Amino acid sequence: MITNHDIVMVGGGGAGLRAAIAIAETNPNLNIAVVSKVYPMRSHTVAAEGGAAAVIKDNDSIENHIHDTIAGGDWLCDQDAVELFVKEAPKELIQMEHWGCPWNREPNGSVSVRPFGGMKIERTWYAADKTGFHMLHTLFQTSLKYNNITRYDEWFATKIIKENNRCQGVTAIELRTGKVQAISGKSVIMCTGGSGRIFPFTTNGGIKTGDGMAMAYKVGVPLKDMEFIQYHPTGLPGTGILITEAARGEGGILVNKDGYRYLQDYNLGKPLNIDDPNHPVKKSMELGPRDRLSQAFVGEMEQGKTAPGPYGQVVYLDIRHLGEKKIDKKIPFVRELSKNYASIDPVHELIPVRPVVHYMMGGIDTDITGATSLPGLYAAGECACVSINGANRLGSNSLTELLVFGSRAGRAAAKFALENPKIDTHLLEMQAKDEQERISKNFFQKKGGTERIFTLRKEMHDTMEAGAGIYRTETSLKETCNKIKELKDRFTNINIEDRSLNFNTELTSALELEFMLELAEVISHSALERKESRGSHQRTDFPERDDHNFLKHSLAYQTETKPQIDYKDVVITKWPPGERVYG
Amino acid sequence: MSTYLKPVPNTWWLKRKPYILFMIRELTSIFVAGYCIFLLVLIFKLGEGSSSYSNFITTLQSPTSITLHIISLIFVLYHTITWFNLTPKILVLYRGEERISQRLVAGVFYFTWTAVSVVVAWLVLGF
Amino acid sequence: MVNRNKKIETGETMQLEILRYNPEVATEPSFQMYKVPFHEDWSILDAVNHIKNEIDGTLSYRWSCQMGVCGSCGIMINNIPKLSCGTFLRDYYPNKISIEPLDGFPVEKDLISDIDDFLTKLTDIKPYIIRNKGEEKSLDEGEYRQSPAELAQFKQYSMCINCMLCYAACPVYALDSTFIGPAAIALGQRYNMDSRDQGREDRQELIASHEGIWECTFVGECSAVCPKDVDPAAAIQRAKVSSTIDWFKDVLIPWRKKK
Repeated sequence: MITNHDIVMVGGGGAGLRAAIAIAETNPNLNIAVVSKVYPMRSHTVAAEGGAAAVIKDNDSIENHIHDTIAGGDWLCDQDAVELFVKEAPKELIQMEHWGCPWNREPNGSVSVRPFGGMKIERTWYAADKTGFHMLHTLFQTSLKYNNITRYDEWFATKIIKENNRCQGVTAIELRTGKVQAISGKSVIMCTGGSGRIFPFTTNGGIKTGDGMAMAYKVGVPLKDMEFIQYHPTGLPGTGILITEAARGEGGILVNKDGYRYLQDYNLGKPLNIDDPNHPVKKSMELGPRDRLSQAFVGEMEQGKTAPGPYGQVVYLDIRHLGEKKIDKKIPFVRELSKNYASIDPVHELIPVRPVVHYMMGGIDTDITGATSLPGLYAAGECACVSINGANRLGSNSLTELLVFGSRAGRAAAKFALENPKIDTHLLEMQAKDEQERISKNFFQKKGGTERIFTLRKEMHDTMEAGAGIYRTETSLKETCNKIKELKDRFTNINIEDRSLNFNTELTSALELEFMLELAEVISHSALERKESRGSHQRTDFPERDDHNFLKHSLAYQTETKPQIDYKDVVITKWPPGERVYG
Repeated sequence: MSTYLKPVPNTWWLKRKPYILFMIRELTSIFVAGYCIFLLVLIFKLGEGSSSYSNFITTLQSPTSITLHIISLIFVLYHTITWFNLTPKILVLYRGEERISQRLVAGVFYFTWTAVSVVVAWLVLGF
Repeated sequence: MVNRNKKIETGETMQLEILRYNPEVATEPSFQMYKVPFHEDWSILDAVNHIKNEIDGTLSYRWSCQMGVCGSCGIMINNIPKLSCGTFLRDYYPNKISIEPLDGFPVEKDLISDIDDFLTKLTDIKPYIIRNKGEEKSLDEGEYRQSPAELAQFKQYSMCINCMLCYAACPVYALDSTFIGPAAIALGQRYNMDSRDQGREDRQELIASHEGIWECTFVGECSAVCPKDVDPAAAIQRAKVSSTIDWFKDVLIPWRKKK
């Protein structure tokens, strides 16, 4: 069975919805499909807290934002993309405001901004500490205006349909019925998000399993810079629940088990007294970039200065000095989460935190319009790598990224659809049929499987955290690469207990694990090949940054055996590589 | 695929305390309405002349009537208190960004009620 | 508060009784008992994930963020609608916990309900900024000015995570599913009260209809179960007041121009 649309969006989060609206607004006669394995308001954009960056203050400048982003990315960012991103950012956030996003306001009614990590001047727009939630709901509710957007809620996309070297749609399981159908599109935009669930401790929700990245990889599109995994410095231990950077933007401090503000030992500046009117100093101490803060935690841990907890070592985030009133007004969600999931009230007690996997800088290789190497296939959001984030993303850049590149990819995909209207639906139907057979054979009708999904997933978690975590070595990475290969082989022996057709969530868990194992392999091989330390990729055997050999993006291609890693140059326009200076 | 919709029994409100309290609150409306009708009847009887009125007062002194009145008083009190407590939810007032305390809003109603009751008691009981 | 440094795993177990439903093998749901290890800090979701991971892979349910913001995991826990990620084993230990899918909605499988009715109603309530023709600002003109006080007017209603616990708690919706329902009306009010919106009239037809606010009898359980303190009951009653005032205005001042 097949349904036909002009453009298909896979993923209904911030990027997917922004792209859909961008197309619907300018081309009311184009027919758009949004295919999502969950209802759009469940997309993980909803969990983002801190804010979205764009230049609006008089004492700020486009140049400043560009430079902060490039330096934050340890010079691995494509500077043409960053320039474009920073220039288009303010308009996109104003557009969100026009659509009703409840940005926090100054007394005079203009939008407020707050300081964020790695940024010289405050430029992070925020809606309390639930910015992602408000943005997603604003986009979703606004998308309901357009009757040329058709939603496929709870349809699990399994494969990109490639025919005649062109992307012509996707196959997807309608979860309600278990049937695999083809959804054709003259162009397709992948907006499926990142894949934090490859790691055991993550802020990411259960749905973030990298589906779109794996699907693109499997049809020959390279994945770029996959070795760069961002650990957010302040996640709750055990659950991995995110405690927003905004807590530090408002003046929160990080201390070790002795109550000492340890970041001053890691080249991040000198601490000011918390009562000092200039605290917190931007781009210094607790407002340094995320990769450096997470690395500092490992440093403290190795010196025995972190505190033991039921889920491993922790440090503490202290926001008591902000006072109850400020906490309830600016970061109320932090208080709610701490009370519910750490059983402490941060108004009176310290919040135990540790670095947890949060974001993937890498993803599907795209150009600045969102186009991939496969004609007709576009990508935007966390699943894409343009790259504006380079080796380390600055907080509050990614919510803006969803909007800027979501709308760019939407417009580019619309143009492609108008210029390339012919699709061969017969071939697509056949691909859907093949996919239905593959899934039946490998999962539903499988006999004698012995491996449990949970076991394989746990072993993947353990090896990724041990070998491809914050600090990596050749030995640890090689071990991880081998382990992942073993897990991929064992996966062919998987056992699915649930043989029902409707809402088979065990099947979807298995498919997600299949995707994640591919990506885990790409990440560990990419990391193995990058013999330098840059941003969030730290090699203790190659501790220095090596611009001569590695001022390049890694490109991972699927082969019969293991990922093949190629490289391409970073686009440098006006900012030659320099030192990252914080503090 | 066929879905299943759980049937809702007529005794749905017995399942949880909040629902039972809700039903009682709704039931008290009957007594509130009933007492209004009684007051109208009282005025009508007054208009009919002093003998008709005194006969009516005599019937009101029977044990049945007094019991009914006490029950009505309890229910009307319950009705009043539940609704006074709900009014701050409907009457949402702001002073700038701060919402005016819900206790204060309910408090105004209680205060007014008490004041009016004191005045009526003074008139009726003739202090 | 639970002492976080206390040993988490106690070696004890708890019983979860879960209502299973697979239309491919049965016409009606039936309960199945599971025993899970008791951990001080486990939520119901953690327990259910444990069952699916290690005991019974066929158990189906929705979840994602694990922190009470995505709205996926609403279920009935001992007959009260709650988010499974925000409800903890420690508050029920050592008693048995009964788990069922949300009341008021048809069940597709196990704990997965069909919530499309809500999505339709949400679309119908027009939950987006509506401006009068010619009164839209261009992007170059910057943001619509909105004071912190104006933001406070509707902020509470914007916190709805669409978890539908309110629909599950509403007896009116259970008895008559044509009722627009608490969340949809609260979201309509969110826009009505946003100083940037001019679309109240466009929403009135649905809000002030028989299936809208007038079906509500102010049971108030919707607000009691809401995990985000949206207070939809208040949103509905306030709409009743403003709609009634509208009606009087229409009757007494029929020549007035509508916004």
